[in-house]
Amino acid sequence: MAANPAYDPALDEPAQKPELGARLLTLMRKQPLGTAGALIVLFMIFAAIFAPWLAPYDPVENNFADLNQAPSLAHWFGTDPFGRDMLSRIIFGARTALVVGFVSAVVGATVGLVLGVASAYFGGRFDLLFQRVMDVFMAFPLIIMALSVVSIFGTGVQNVIIAITIPFIPRCARVVRSSALAIREIPYVDAARACGYSHTRIILRHMVPNVMAPYLIMLTAFVGQAILLEASLSYLGLGVQEPTPAWGLMLQGGAEEYAQSAPWIAVFPGLAITVAVFGFNLFGDAVRDALDPKLRSQ
Amino acid sequence: MAAGASPVPTQSAMYQYILKRLLLLIPTLLGAAVLVFFLLRLIPGDICELRMAGSGAYFDKEALEICRKELGIDKSEALQFFEFIKGFLTFDLGNSMYTNRPISEEIGLRFQLSLQVAIMATLTGILISLPLGVISAVKQNTWIDYCVRAFSIAGIAMPSFWLGILIILGLLLGTQAWLGTAWMPPIQYRPLWVDPVYNLSMLIWPALATGYRYSAVTTRMTRSAMLEVLREDYVRTARAKGLLEKIIIRRHALKNSLLPVVTVIGIEFAFLMGGLVVTEQVFNLNGLGKLFVVSVTNHDYSMTQALVMLVVTIFVLTNFVVDVMYGWLDPRIHYR
Repeated sequence: MAANPAYDPALDEPAQKPELGARLLTLMRKQPLGTAGALIVLFMIFAAIFAPWLAPYDPVENNFADLNQAPSLAHWFGTDPFGRDMLSRIIFGARTALVVGFVSAVVGATVGLVLGVASAYFGGRFDLLFQRVMDVFMAFPLIIMALSVVSIFGTGVQNVIIAITIPFIPRCARVVRSSALAIREIPYVDAARACGYSHTRIILRHMVPNVMAPYLIMLTAFVGQAILLEASLSYLGLGVQEPTPAWGLMLQGGAEEYAQSAPWIAVFPGLAITVAVFGFNLFGDAVRDALDPKLRSQ
Repeated sequence: MAAGASPVPTQSAMYQYILKRLLLLIPTLLGAAVLVFFLLRLIPGDICELRMAGSGAYFDKEALEICRKELGIDKSEALQFFEFIKGFLTFDLGNSMYTNRPISEEIGLRFQLSLQVAIMATLTGILISLPLGVISAVKQNTWIDYCVRAFSIAGIAMPSFWLGILIILGLLLGTQAWLGTAWMPPIQYRPLWVDPVYNLSMLIWPALATGYRYSAVTTRMTRSAMLEVLREDYVRTARAKGLLEKIIIRRHALKNSLLPVVTVIGIEFAFLMGGLVVTEQVFNLNGLGKLFVVSVTNHDYSMTQALVMLVVTIFVLTNFVVDVMYGWLDPRIHYR
């Protein structure tokens, strides 16, 4: 699955470290797909931060004089059934996607990290019980979870984040736990215990830093998945609500009704989702190649 | 599952493993039952309020109580939970609280459709992914490999509902241009054996839309498994013997790399059974996914509980079968 770059003996010499710029260049040559992904991600972050300056129009302002306009010089991506500029909505939509993507990925992966390490560290009955709870959350249909969260707390960005974060936790916890099981057997954990350190300190200071690789791999993979899930939930009407600009929401309703008369409504937001997730996935793959020692040794 | 150092495997070790895995299914199912039961009751409102509100007119508390009594949702939560579990164990799912028809009947109607789409999507996925994954691994780090990888990462990145919208758009505009009239896939379900042409013309599109994503996941798995096997000593030996590359790839490499691929296929299939909600929405199909959404929004406790238990059971059983199959497919794996 991973890129296994051709073996290059020059890279195995730690003697003199080349400059940062040169190292970046080597990295870019070795990981062309990962570099492309990083560029897409950076571009998206740039668009999200500078959205108010980049967007030509107000993303939520209705303009009934310009309903369903085809793409033109004034409206590059056309306008939607409310006369709102599609390009501006897509640029502002990057904010929603990134906030949901990053927050749910970071929270989900981090909670999973701590729980997974704790489960491996305590072992025994706690581990067994914890694993069963994780099984339940893994098997539970995501859409029911999301529907329930939305029905209980209402729709909106925070609740979408909750609905997406919950299924991430067991996935990360499981992967981290299996790495942490190996770490627990290493004598320095026993040494730390012999020093009389508290469980919390051993887990957070001695074990967590050593399972950073699987954690970061899961984290980067989650961002893309979260953006995709947010789009699906918003498309179903269970996620972000109008008039907030969000890509999945832009596909809802308009896309099918106006499929023939205004196909650009269906095309551009989907393209934005695909390119964004594509970028995060390429970047995530490169991160995994760089961090996974099993793949690196080849 | 453990490989390696354990002593010679015996039949009984395997049976013990199977038994242990089966026993571990019980807490998972029970946990899912508890979770869905309390999640549903945390949602404000219930089906009786919904019904009364739907009639629009003024309603009195008495009617509400009668309705609740009829459906049995006035009982204590513990009692309701006990009845739910008892029904699940005796395969007596009862009636839908919303339509008042037997749940088994309501699910049966839609199960066919969802199962067919899931199977067709799986077949599409396998047909695309196996050749692509193998080629990509054999031609590693060439432009073919880069294209296949970009194609498969795009498949994971592209929301299947958007692909569905694009397919419908393409069909509409395509038929408009070629035939003069816009054609849409039919919406009313007819079983495959009753009207195969009609059935396929309806379900091939959602199967393609989900099959592409499916193929993306399995292509990546096939590629990485092939890469690992191609580095094995026995592949080098086969090459040294002067065997045809075709035979090496097909018989030595592909056969041995299928194991993780089978796992992914199994997991994705189980996911499809409960995860087609969005695709069904796009193509306006009346499948299990739609039933899920309708039941939750209608506070149809009995139906939602039955559906969740069905999907969770399919999920855990598929995982179980895949794990046990590992041992059959790869004699090196020992059960502990």
